[in-house]
Amino acid sequence: MTRNRKYLEDVGFSLVAILLSFLLVAVIMLILGYNPIEAYKALFEGAFGSSYSLSLTLSKSVPLIFVGLAVGFALQGGLFNIGGEGQIYIGGFVAAITGLLLSHTIPAFITLPVAVLSGMAGGFLWGGTIGLIKAKLNINEVIVAIMMNYIAQLMTSYFVNGPFIAAKSMTPQTEILPLNLQLPKIIPNTQLTTSLYIALIMCVLYGFVMKRTVFGFEVKAMGNNLHSAATGGIYVARNTVLIMALSGALAAMAGIFEVFGTYGRFIDGFSSGIGFTGIAIAFIGQSTPIGIILASLLFGSLQAGAMQMSMMAGISANINNVIQGLVIVFIATPNIIRFAFGKRRS
Amino acid sequence: MATMMFVVNMLTMTFRLAVPIALASIGVSISERAGIINLGIEGIMLLGALGGAVGSYVFSNAWMGILLALITGIAIGVLYAFFVLKFEANQSVIGIGLNIIASGLTVVIVKFIWKKEGISGIVTQMSTYSVPFLRNIPVIGAFFTDQSPFILLTLLIALACSYGMWRTKIGLRLQAIGENPLAAATAGIPVARYRTGAIVVGSSLAALGGAYLSIVHSNLFVSNMVAGRGFIAIAANILGGWNPMGSLLASLLFAFAQALRFQFSAVHFPDQISQIIPYVITLLVLVGVGRKTRAPAKLGVLE
Repeated sequence: MTRNRKYLEDVGFSLVAILLSFLLVAVIMLILGYNPIEAYKALFEGAFGSSYSLSLTLSKSVPLIFVGLAVGFALQGGLFNIGGEGQIYIGGFVAAITGLLLSHTIPAFITLPVAVLSGMAGGFLWGGTIGLIKAKLNINEVIVAIMMNYIAQLMTSYFVNGPFIAAKSMTPQTEILPLNLQLPKIIPNTQLTTSLYIALIMCVLYGFVMKRTVFGFEVKAMGNNLHSAATGGIYVARNTVLIMALSGALAAMAGIFEVFGTYGRFIDGFSSGIGFTGIAIAFIGQSTPIGIILASLLFGSLQAGAMQMSMMAGISANINNVIQGLVIVFIATPNIIRFAFGKRRS
Repeated sequence: MATMMFVVNMLTMTFRLAVPIALASIGVSISERAGIINLGIEGIMLLGALGGAVGSYVFSNAWMGILLALITGIAIGVLYAFFVLKFEANQSVIGIGLNIIASGLTVVIVKFIWKKEGISGIVTQMSTYSVPFLRNIPVIGAFFTDQSPFILLTLLIALACSYGMWRTKIGLRLQAIGENPLAAATAGIPVARYRTGAIVVGSSLAALGGAYLSIVHSNLFVSNMVAGRGFIAIAANILGGWNPMGSLLASLLFAFAQALRFQFSAVHFPDQISQIIPYVITLLVLVGVGRKTRAPAKLGVLE
């Protein structure tokens, strides 16, 4: 199969998986007595109907782009980073605390980059640990990542419930960051901040590294065939650690910019599944920058429109999780789509 | 006497908390011995919990809830086997998808039935039982007073699965499949059939563990009430060395950590720290045992 045909087939798979999921959920709605057309119409309006809803869609997409890039990068190297959720919490927490501690003494234009970089360093180490355990001990990275997700979430939860809780706050969260440390809004009175531009810059950078650098070539070589990559002189163990670490730093950015953009502080449990949605993003987007952006927009719009759908059609807003989950299931099962179209399995 | 009562209280609480983790964990052992990873255990438990609540609500009978939970578990198991075996789905990814579907679908169904967001109405709870005569023995009588039959049931299931895995042809064949599916197939073992069976049994046990949470341990369904127990079950399976008795013992250990948290809530021992314990132990064990882990050689590989 030529490169182009393979690419077209991949895009086709993603589209079919998405369509299939929407159709199946429509059937579920019909069975439960809801009106799927009304629901989807409300979903669309809630996601794209006004400048406010559009900015909500975009702001929901931003963290998904970061995690999508993180998972996609690891996938290209043949590794599965299911630890995005933990890396988001570590990154967001380290950055928030660094920002709060430094903001009293150091000007904002230095504090902000230092905080962001320290959060990324947190994600780098958290992800790198998974890679190190995989490389040194050959233990499946998936199970290690799941353990580390819970450890990260519970640890940060402990900190913001105890030592770092904001004064007089009933909810577990840190103090609010000074305004000059928060990212400026692109549109006033919305959640959309300049983190969108940073996400797009990271997409470009990711594309450049994968296409134009030796390191990107090595990563892809490892993803294609680990053994021939090793035989070809690539330091597989070192790269395994590095890929997971960089993937961790990318995922951490999702948390950092939720904290410095959307919320202005670290709130206990704020991610609630962004790390796992990122897996879907990377698979649907076939780990390409454009694909990841489009997939993030799709899932961002689902999250943005869910409330409107719930209000208009009476169905729980959680139905959007069913759509997302189904997309993941179908994407993970390309053979079922080949089967549905009567193609022979490869 | 007071210390004795304290110890007895800790133990009965440990058993009660261990049941859902142990059931799911035994299920994980069985399916992973056949070489099948199922990261969707968390979601299956959640759907089982809802199935239990719905059955108990509709029939006003907790045992009907158990039945519906089992049917739910079997149905998911069959679907999972279909996707993983027939269509060779990526096992890790599809499990994550299943968890996300379950977290959404349960809330959608709860709203459909009870018109409430994220929490069901009160359903019939399973009654507890006391053993005549034994309950009158001082101190240890507490083990036989107002206990749910599930504790005994879980012990029996663990014993039966352990015996089945190490002492019967079916169990030994199952292990052979996880170690080397090609060789097993060459020896004439119907690999796909065994794997389907292992997946369905594993999924049913997880659903049963979920139902325990909604209709035995409490009397209603709450969104995401499984709260990580599915992943703790996977951890317990690893700590227990991929076998049912080990899974049970590891689950008891993790449940003991949870029980401590209730006992020490008076001295303000942070909740999160005690919740972290199972994950840290598992990670340390994984790293400590390292290359010598006794995971089935072809875990996650169909061949």
